[in-house]
Amino acid sequence: MQLAVLGGFVLAAMAPLLHRWFAARTASVMALLPAAIAAWLIGQWPTIAAGDTLWLEWAWVPGLDITLSFLIDGLAWLFAMLISVIGVLVLVYSGEYLRGHRDLPRFLVVIIAFMMSMLGLVLADNLVALFVFWELTSITSYLLIGFNHTDLAARKAAQQGLFVTVGGGLALLAGFVMLALAGDSWSLAELNARGGQLKEHALYAPLLACVLLGAFTKSAQFPFHFWLPNAMAAPTPVSAYLHSATMVKAGIYLLARLHPALGGTEPWVVTLSLVGALTMATGAFLAIQHTNVKKLLAYSTVMALGTLTMLLGIGTETALIAFVVFLLGHSLYKGALFMVAGILDHETGTKDVTAMGGLRHAMPRTALVAAVAALSLAGLPPLLGFIGKELMLESVLGASDYRGVILPLAFLAAFLTLAVAAIVAIRPFFGPLRETPHTPHEPPGGLLAGPALLAALSLAFGLVPGLLDALVSATVAGIGAGQVEVHLALWHGLNLPLVLSLASLGLGVLVFRHWDRLRSRLARLEPLMARGPEAGYEALMAGMVRIAEWQTRFLQNGYMRNYLVMTLLVLLGLVGHALLVRHTPTLSFALDLYLHEAMVAGLMVAGAVAACVMRSRLAAVAAVGVMGYSIALTFVLFSAPDLAITQLLVETLTVILLVLVLFRLPRFATLSTPVERLRDLVVAGLSGGLITLLMLAVLSGERLPRISDYMVENSQPLGHGHNIVNVILVDFRALDTLGEMFVLALAAIGVYAMLRFHAEEYEARSASRTRRGDDG
Amino acid sequence: MVRSGTLILNVAARLLLPLQLMFSLFLLLRGHDEPGGGFIAGLVAAGAFALYLFAYGRRALGAMLKVSPRDLVGMGLLLGVASTLPAWWYGEPFFTAQWWTIPVIDFKASTPLIFDIGVYLVVLGSVLTAITALVKTDQADDEP
Repeated sequence: MQLAVLGGFVLAAMAPLLHRWFAARTASVMALLPAAIAAWLIGQWPTIAAGDTLWLEWAWVPGLDITLSFLIDGLAWLFAMLISVIGVLVLVYSGEYLRGHRDLPRFLVVIIAFMMSMLGLVLADNLVALFVFWELTSITSYLLIGFNHTDLAARKAAQQGLFVTVGGGLALLAGFVMLALAGDSWSLAELNARGGQLKEHALYAPLLACVLLGAFTKSAQFPFHFWLPNAMAAPTPVSAYLHSATMVKAGIYLLARLHPALGGTEPWVVTLSLVGALTMATGAFLAIQHTNVKKLLAYSTVMALGTLTMLLGIGTETALIAFVVFLLGHSLYKGALFMVAGILDHETGTKDVTAMGGLRHAMPRTALVAAVAALSLAGLPPLLGFIGKELMLESVLGASDYRGVILPLAFLAAFLTLAVAAIVAIRPFFGPLRETPHTPHEPPGGLLAGPALLAALSLAFGLVPGLLDALVSATVAGIGAGQVEVHLALWHGLNLPLVLSLASLGLGVLVFRHWDRLRSRLARLEPLMARGPEAGYEALMAGMVRIAEWQTRFLQNGYMRNYLVMTLLVLLGLVGHALLVRHTPTLSFALDLYLHEAMVAGLMVAGAVAACVMRSRLAAVAAVGVMGYSIALTFVLFSAPDLAITQLLVETLTVILLVLVLFRLPRFATLSTPVERLRDLVVAGLSGGLITLLMLAVLSGERLPRISDYMVENSQPLGHGHNIVNVILVDFRALDTLGEMFVLALAAIGVYAMLRFHAEEYEARSASRTRRGDDG
Repeated sequence: MVRSGTLILNVAARLLLPLQLMFSLFLLLRGHDEPGGGFIAGLVAAGAFALYLFAYGRRALGAMLKVSPRDLVGMGLLLGVASTLPAWWYGEPFFTAQWWTIPVIDFKASTPLIFDIGVYLVVLGSVLTAITALVKTDQADDEP
């Protein structure tokens, strides 16, 4: 299985090549991979149905306890099935939808990569592996939303989606680290077995906050819901797949997965039920303000995601069953509806539902598919959506906490969703025929197959809900409700949920009837909407850019002296702090100095002072050189030949470089004010003082065990070399040296690039000057 | 401003270059046991080429080197990274030094030596890149 997922990434990379061989049929050929995965999953069904968990172990980084083990229980199985089956349909669909598109290979690369990341996410048992796949889905989603990269709005939406989900991803990473610390394991299975220990742990509150933040951003919960409707800038197959059926459910999956470990506590119940209910109502409310069919569906997806979160928050047995049924139902009908929306767009050339009408004559089969899927969305019998909604209302009624808040919100969402379903299914297909940019006709089979199959499944599961009993029971066991006997049925008898359903039906029809009038009323709320969470996001981004500009101007203003002052101040602050806190500075030291040593030291000081006061550049350079050679001399005196040779060579090369640049520099002038010079003097003096103190601290008696003893002893036996300096450089500390090699290479490239561009600029300027001269 | 073509400098550069290069190789190979090593040897070689550059100009240096100094940097980095691979092959931790004795000439080959050659090339390449880039801009100034 791991091989299939990782191999999928390889297949993704091969998409352009395959496209050369199979041309337009590439998408269908590539759909064989998810089809094979789905077939394999079905083959594992007996194990899952028996309530067992399938373990596929694979070590990845054993040293860090990171595995690529896959864990397949009911929950993972359900998600993996949804991903691979809808994946097959979406691939076939997009092969037709993007037929002849120049960038079809690029699209296939990213969507297959996404598919594999998503599979990895739901199957992974290790937190680190899960996180890696999680981030991969964010990145591939970014690429897919921005697929039409020439469109500014698409790019902006892609960036917004990326920032929101990856921002949440950062919080999630922090949450995972705390989770692993608190639970003392990186394995989800082990963490789930240690729920009690986790909930008692001191880190529980912060880690829950971080994990929830990650899940909420990914699953577009209020107040992060705004990125999802904007993500509709993506091609429709992407919206159908990522932004309704799979990726946005990753957050929901994570919450369900961690339910045994973290769920059921007071903060969990409060946050999830309230945020979920609020998201649900917000989504449904915002949906009816839009006429763009994809936005309508997107907001109703937000509503569904809110519902799922809320059900996890309620957490009763009924709620968890409702969660699974609603999740499955939503994936089926929403995937179908998005694909129908794509067909409408494709065939009519518009996405505005108010511009369409009477299409049932031109495309009767599409109309049928849309009607079935929309009935499921509306929650009407005999479809799966109905069962899901009934269970949802039942669990809301059974909720022990906050029923007073979430029940009205749930009811509001229920009847508004019904109105949305009516708008999507009735507006375009019924009523008088309207003129659209394209003349509509029935779409090709490749486009219709996907939504038709999904709608048929909605109907079949609705009519015979018993088919799902085993699956729901296995999945609920994965969420941590233990073994539950599940009996789904279409008819629950005349009870309160049914009454509520009937009431919402009436209200929903009413909303649909007066939709146009309602919309213009709601348009007056526009100024209020402009202050929503999205405005907060915009302000945050603008603020970030402002801070970046300010700090660049402040820290990196292009003056060498400024950089030096900053670097030295940081050094002073950090080293000075550490030194003063950990060590009492002493100024006493035994002076045991020979005359020639004193002379070398005196030469050094003289060189330094001279370099500061010289009025000519050449003299200052010579003074610095004196200092450098004196240092080399010191190395010789204290028998460090390697250092001495290096110092001498560096000094020599400095002379060569200076010869090259000296003539190009402007005249030596005093550019700084006396105050600045005083500041520089203080910084320089403090740095010198700090280094002196540091030296004295190193030389004074109390010190850490000397690391050089180890080097001296082991240089010959372990490093096979007598030159300890060299053994340290190329063996003991070779990794440091490798890093320095890269730094050196980067510096050389930097010098090269800077000088070359400067020269080019110069040539361009002088060339234009010559041209102007010719003209004159 | 770099006046190439004075007789003494030309003759000295031509005579000194091979000696300096041999000295740098000598420093490189003995580095593990005696003062020397890749960094120092690279600096010596860079000094030798700089002298040649002053005597004969950038074009002559390029013709003699055959490869761009920037490629030397790349090769050096590649060697540095490549020297980590044998340890991986033997299943030992990253960067563990490996030693082989070549039988006939009784020469001890090792990954630290390969690594040191990498250091040598990076140092040589970086210094030459900087120097030739500076000379190049000078020439842009000199040819109005």
